[in-house]
Amino acid sequence: MTASAAETAWDPSQPILEIEHLSISFFTRLREIPAVMDFSCTVMPGEAMGLVGESGCGKSTVALAVMRELGKTGRIVSGSMKFKGRDLATMDDEELRHIRGSEIAMIYQEPMASLNPAMKIGAQLAEVPMLHSGMAKDEAWKLARQIVADVRLPDPDRIINAYPHQLSGGQQQRIVIAMALMAKPALLILDEPTTALDVTVEAGIVDLVKELGKKYGTSMLFISHNLGLVMDVCDRICVMYSGEAVETGNVTEVFDRMRHPYTQALFRSIPLPGADKNARPLISIPGNFPLPHERPKGCNFGPRCDYFEKGRCDETDVPMSRVPGDDRHESRCLRWQEIDWDAPPAKRAVKEKAKIGEVVLKMEDLRKYYSVSTGAFGGGARKVVKANETLSFEAREGETLAIVGESGCGKSTFAKVLMGLETATSGSIMLFDENVQSTPIQKRNTDTVSQVQMVFQNPFDTLNPSMTVGRQIIRALEIFNYGKSDAERHQRMLELLDLVKLPRAFADRMPRQLSGGQKQRVGIARAFAGGAKVVVADEPVSALDVSVQAAVTDLLMDIQRENKTTLLFISHDLSIVRYLSDRVMVMYLGHVVEMGTTDQVFAPPYHPYTEALLSAVPIADTKVTRKRIVLEGDIPSAMNPPPGCPFQTRCRWKSQVTPAGLCDREVPPVRVLEGGHHIKCHLSPEVLATMEPVIKIAAE
Amino acid sequence: MGLFVLRRLGVMLLTAIALTFVVFYLTNLPPNLEKLARTEGSVRMTDEAVQDWIVKNGHSGSIFLRYGQWLGVVPGWTYTDEKGQSRGRCFQIGQDPALAPRYCGLLQGNWGYSTFFKAPVAGSLGAKLAATGWLMLAVMLVMVPTSLLLGVLSGMREGSVTDRTLSTFSIATTATPEYVSGVILVALFATASTGISPLLASYGLIEPNKTLFLASATSAMDKITFWNFTLPVMTIALYGIGYIARMTRASMTEVMTQQYIRTARLKGVPFRSVVMKHALRNALIAPFTVIMLQFPWLLNGVVIVESLFNYKGFGWTLVQAASNNDIPLLLACSVVAVIVVLMTQLISDIGYVFLNPRIRLA
Repeated sequence: MTASAAETAWDPSQPILEIEHLSISFFTRLREIPAVMDFSCTVMPGEAMGLVGESGCGKSTVALAVMRELGKTGRIVSGSMKFKGRDLATMDDEELRHIRGSEIAMIYQEPMASLNPAMKIGAQLAEVPMLHSGMAKDEAWKLARQIVADVRLPDPDRIINAYPHQLSGGQQQRIVIAMALMAKPALLILDEPTTALDVTVEAGIVDLVKELGKKYGTSMLFISHNLGLVMDVCDRICVMYSGEAVETGNVTEVFDRMRHPYTQALFRSIPLPGADKNARPLISIPGNFPLPHERPKGCNFGPRCDYFEKGRCDETDVPMSRVPGDDRHESRCLRWQEIDWDAPPAKRAVKEKAKIGEVVLKMEDLRKYYSVSTGAFGGGARKVVKANETLSFEAREGETLAIVGESGCGKSTFAKVLMGLETATSGSIMLFDENVQSTPIQKRNTDTVSQVQMVFQNPFDTLNPSMTVGRQIIRALEIFNYGKSDAERHQRMLELLDLVKLPRAFADRMPRQLSGGQKQRVGIARAFAGGAKVVVADEPVSALDVSVQAAVTDLLMDIQRENKTTLLFISHDLSIVRYLSDRVMVMYLGHVVEMGTTDQVFAPPYHPYTEALLSAVPIADTKVTRKRIVLEGDIPSAMNPPPGCPFQTRCRWKSQVTPAGLCDREVPPVRVLEGGHHIKCHLSPEVLATMEPVIKIAAE
Repeated sequence: MGLFVLRRLGVMLLTAIALTFVVFYLTNLPPNLEKLARTEGSVRMTDEAVQDWIVKNGHSGSIFLRYGQWLGVVPGWTYTDEKGQSRGRCFQIGQDPALAPRYCGLLQGNWGYSTFFKAPVAGSLGAKLAATGWLMLAVMLVMVPTSLLLGVLSGMREGSVTDRTLSTFSIATTATPEYVSGVILVALFATASTGISPLLASYGLIEPNKTLFLASATSAMDKITFWNFTLPVMTIALYGIGYIARMTRASMTEVMTQQYIRTARLKGVPFRSVVMKHALRNALIAPFTVIMLQFPWLLNGVVIVESLFNYKGFGWTLVQAASNNDIPLLLACSVVAVIVVLMTQLISDIGYVFLNPRIRLA
């Protein structure tokens, strides 16, 4: 066998994976689209390499190229990829098949889609050793069971006999990891492995990956858009922009002493602790990501770069150059030696804090229950799902109230009830002293509808693809009975485009001609068309790239300041919540477990769940130290919540509650601490006072 | 599950009643009844005599009452003429009406008396159904495996030469109606003067003046052989093969682009196993419904083919009943068709749940 011969010949002190000047293009009928250009990287044994960049920068293409899985249209144009000294680019199918799954394994973004829905978990796992080492079936199943236990899944015997849809998202991802580990590969490629998961589940997966990497000595190629996550997992990092690697080096080096303008801009656009929407707002990267066939001459980042020098940066292709003194630190910038990297950003505009006014929205004791049936044919027992349980709060004019929680916590149900898409089971919603609790949206009058509007999560699906942008906004104006004539509405539409900082010419464009960030701006313009007083923003930036996120967030803030809008910001991203909200409400399984001002919630005393949530969020700052609190298990299903306190199954403080067992029996009362800080927990004030901060920022 | 089936059966019953009533109404329109009177009585009857015949034979009165009688929920009609002789739905002339049952409709097992076959409907229809059953079985045995194979082969590599060839074949066969493909098949394989039979005969592979297959399936009523049954089976199957193969191909190409197929490939699974182990079961979920829908379609497909090949089955009977104004037989045929359609729908819905563990019916 050539494969085994090469294996023994490989010297473990040499790189596991060595990519040199790799270029990949996709060939369409019209043209060749270069996806990756002149990409080089080296992964040493046991090393974790992070590949970071925005969507479309080619990071996934690199990963798939290593697996030689580029589809019919993709082709490696030049360069080499050496795995253990053998060139992957020229391997034939049979050799590749021996390497795939046994020496290089991959973990994917969407675990549900990556598992075969019609095959049992055990069969999918056992297949790997049966294929690669010719293991007998029962032996392979035994190994599968053992690996399932290794990835810390409860009850492995049940799980290997289950189908994928019977597991939760976190469990599915653990199965995908188990599948990758079945053959003890030398290189593991992780393509955004936690993007589809909740933060507390993500923390568990990240810990598992790190631990297994150490245990088996596996090298990793970790692809992510999340800088914090990369800092957590990886030793080295490679930042990509528009098909090129722009900076590579040791993680701490690159984070603390970045030597490429794009890396710097990226760090300035993400909300790190210390950023503040008024005093230190985020700086978004101007302009848009270039399309692959519209890349500029010279430096790809040139048109968006603050340090751009005409006649130099746009003349020739920029090569990677070595940053001296550092451990394999390279930058693709001509001017990196001339730039003063420690200078503070020039155009940080300090904004005035908006004044918070009267109470606009008041909810009292709101409950929303659904009744569902459980049988496969519609029969079976009927169950009550308590999506929202005793929700009480008020929101004031000009205020940003963030609602934080993981999937299934009831935050979207709450938004639906407020909008009138669902009616509450009990309780009251007072909107400007009018009770709208049991009025569905069809029966609300136009005023109420235009006052409460929503910005949706996914801008790609919420615009009508066959209507121009201007038409969609005018349509909203018509519905809200705005203006007397079409001309008046047209004028207002143009003003709205100005408001969301889109050129007026965009009125005649179709949604497909817009980028994600631009679409979201149209969504915002539509929401504000009728002069909305309360805007529910349901994860408005989570589908956008980091550099665009900052711009869209700032836009929302600006409009809010001008119109004194009350913003209900629904998110799972605590960094952005800390950055922009005045008050925060943390939800878990339909209960509000903690509520207070942003400072109160982000500092001790915490609700135990908030504490875990905070510690789970990766922060891309080397100066920040975090206490690691990994929650065991998954979020319980809302169909079958635990008795007593909803969080008791995963709480690490449970043992400190007196009397013991109280958490199992009773839902805790809401404790009001000083300054109107609400915590729904049985812990005594003394114990709460002993809590330490989760995040510590080292002195600069 | 039980409740679901019960509810579905209830809906089916209502549908069946509504459908049979429509057929009953249409077949019992006055012109039909007059025609029946003239064929049963005499062609030269006067109009008054015709009306008299209709009244005497229980064809007058409300359509609902007559439908009820046919169904067996309304007492059968009786008529006593001037001579004191009684006739009625539930007894023969000469029998004592007092001894006869009051109800005698579908529910009592009385399907009526066929005016064309001069025999009770139930018995003659049963034999015909059995004949058609054999035909359908043979068609299914040929059609389902062939079409699934073609669909999977063309769907596993979208756009390949295999795919294009098989797709062209599938489209061609589905686009050709049975009366065209039947005639072509007969011309090609079952004539002594044209097609390939004379060629084979000249090579000495078959006897001179014999044909490769038989163009008439009448002899298959007694004994089914490869020789007499191939052409009718192929005529029906060809159309269905193209159709199901297209469905399977669409489903297969979709499955092949799924991420779990990529997962399997990147696990190092050989292509053959990717198709057989990972793609196949997922790809068969959609065609299953289509295959179940083929049963009712087969029932109407046999009308043409049975007439073409003179095979005396259900389709042939339906044609005879319609052209000879045989009302009870026509009604019975429609009852059978309605039951077959509704039952296959139910089976397909239930089967779907078992094939796809993620689906729930509610």
